[in-house]
Amino acid sequence: MRANFIFSEVWIGLRRNLTMTIAVVVTVAIGMALLGIGLMINAQVGSMSSYWSDKVQLSAFLCMKNSPFEACKGRGAVSSQEKVALQKQIESLQQVDRVSFEDQQKAYENFKAAYSSNSVFLSAVKVDDMPESFRVKLKDPNDYKAVFDALSGAPGVANVVNDQQLLDKFFGLMNKLRGAALIVALIQVFAAILLIGNTVRLSAYNRRRETGIMRLVGASNLYIQLPFVMEGTIAGLVGGVISAVLLMFAKIVIFDSMQKFFVLSTQLSWSDVAQVITLTTVVGVLICILASFVTLRRYLRV
Amino acid sequence: MAHAATSATVLTPRLACRDAPVIHFDNVTKVYVNQNRPALDHVSVDVDKGEFVFLVGPSGSGKSTFLRLVLKEERPNSGAIHVAGKDLARLSNFKVPHLRRRIGCVFQDFRLLPNKNVYENVAFALEVIGKPRRFIRKVVPEVVELVGLEGKAHRMPDELSGGEQQRVAMARAFVNRPMILLADEPTGNIDPATSIGIMKVLDRINRTGTTVVMATHDAAIVDSMRKRVVELEDGKIVRDQSRGVYGQAY
Repeated sequence: MRANFIFSEVWIGLRRNLTMTIAVVVTVAIGMALLGIGLMINAQVGSMSSYWSDKVQLSAFLCMKNSPFEACKGRGAVSSQEKVALQKQIESLQQVDRVSFEDQQKAYENFKAAYSSNSVFLSAVKVDDMPESFRVKLKDPNDYKAVFDALSGAPGVANVVNDQQLLDKFFGLMNKLRGAALIVALIQVFAAILLIGNTVRLSAYNRRRETGIMRLVGASNLYIQLPFVMEGTIAGLVGGVISAVLLMFAKIVIFDSMQKFFVLSTQLSWSDVAQVITLTTVVGVLICILASFVTLRRYLRV
Repeated sequence: MAHAATSATVLTPRLACRDAPVIHFDNVTKVYVNQNRPALDHVSVDVDKGEFVFLVGPSGSGKSTFLRLVLKEERPNSGAIHVAGKDLARLSNFKVPHLRRRIGCVFQDFRLLPNKNVYENVAFALEVIGKPRRFIRKVVPEVVELVGLEGKAHRMPDELSGGEQQRVAMARAFVNRPMILLADEPTGNIDPATSIGIMKVLDRINRTGTTVVMATHDAAIVDSMRKRVVELEDGKIVRDQSRGVYGQAY
């Protein structure tokens, strides 16, 4: 009986305020989707840094015939004596944990594995095109400067690539995206709060006859306020569901395709997405409930 | 009664409780914000259970303020108000709805919900205080009949005459069997012939034991009913007669 009555009141209220309700739903959906994307970027960066923390290495690629690199100009492929000397030099550095040598065949296999989805790339590259390299694992991935400098100048080394630097670049980009998403989300949340306030105000005005009579015959405050708060809650919930759909879409379109463009990327798991969706929906509904309560206290005398 | 006779000044608690007036104003003053003149000025009055009281006086004499104070829609600046045995100053806001469930209200402008029919308008008062549907189905038709609207339960308010709309309002005010019925100019929008019917309904409600307080301008009605008359002027009680008329020279 009670529930029945309140739900019919809520339904009437939502129908009367349809345009405002739609505005609330859209604002909440976009705000929560952007908040969710911020959180998903967080999860992505987290999973990548934990995945790579014990895998980051410094790669010193060696000169081959006709290397385009500046360091190899005027000389041929690296000689075996140079390789031995390089290995000795690397092992003597105190920051180095261990070092391994990657020949052309192994490099080609790794390349194939990384670009297995890109057949054009694969067919264009042959085993002979792959450079030989020393793979250096550092004791502390952040303390790479000395090793990097020593290797960059060494004879026979074409160029040095540090995974950590690549990751840092990627993380920097991700942090900027996350910051932008969160700022826009914050603005949307602010707009949502104002919109909900206005909706409740309008709704209270539309139903002033009903609430007046309810007060007069002694309906409790809860009974008078609940339909308004429920309206806000339902709008928040619908917004949450739409944002959940947007977030799943973002996971498939943006995050999963990131792997194609960026080799170091890891896959964002669905359980991470589920967590983000739960959190954003709860936040969206809570914001709606709070905004409704606060405006009700101002515009509905009980 | 022998006990009361031997010591008239010392009432036993039980006796005091039974004899307590349903509305008790003790030296009540109400001044609205931004106004110098008080709307009610040191008013003391008692209304006993089952009484029928006319509150008369010109516009602005404080009749509506009196009714609003009884409902605790306003607070007095000084003085004590007891309604249905409760000291309103000590009644928390949380409990005000429970007080209002014991008071029915009727107004000049009916205040019906235009999108609900007669039955739904009356049932609304019970729905919003959480009464079960079975109870509502049972009592609403009884009250609709009591106010003389049998057969019109499914009419919408705009299909009814003014008098009939006021009957719906009275049914809504009475459906929860309140202890007190407050009527603020209930015949103000209704022609004299129809007003007689309204007064008959109020009298019928009064006969069930409900205390009725009616603020009015209508001299003919006050004169014909011969009930207690309390006259207010500039916020003061200038007359309180047990079987009074509207404009009696004393």
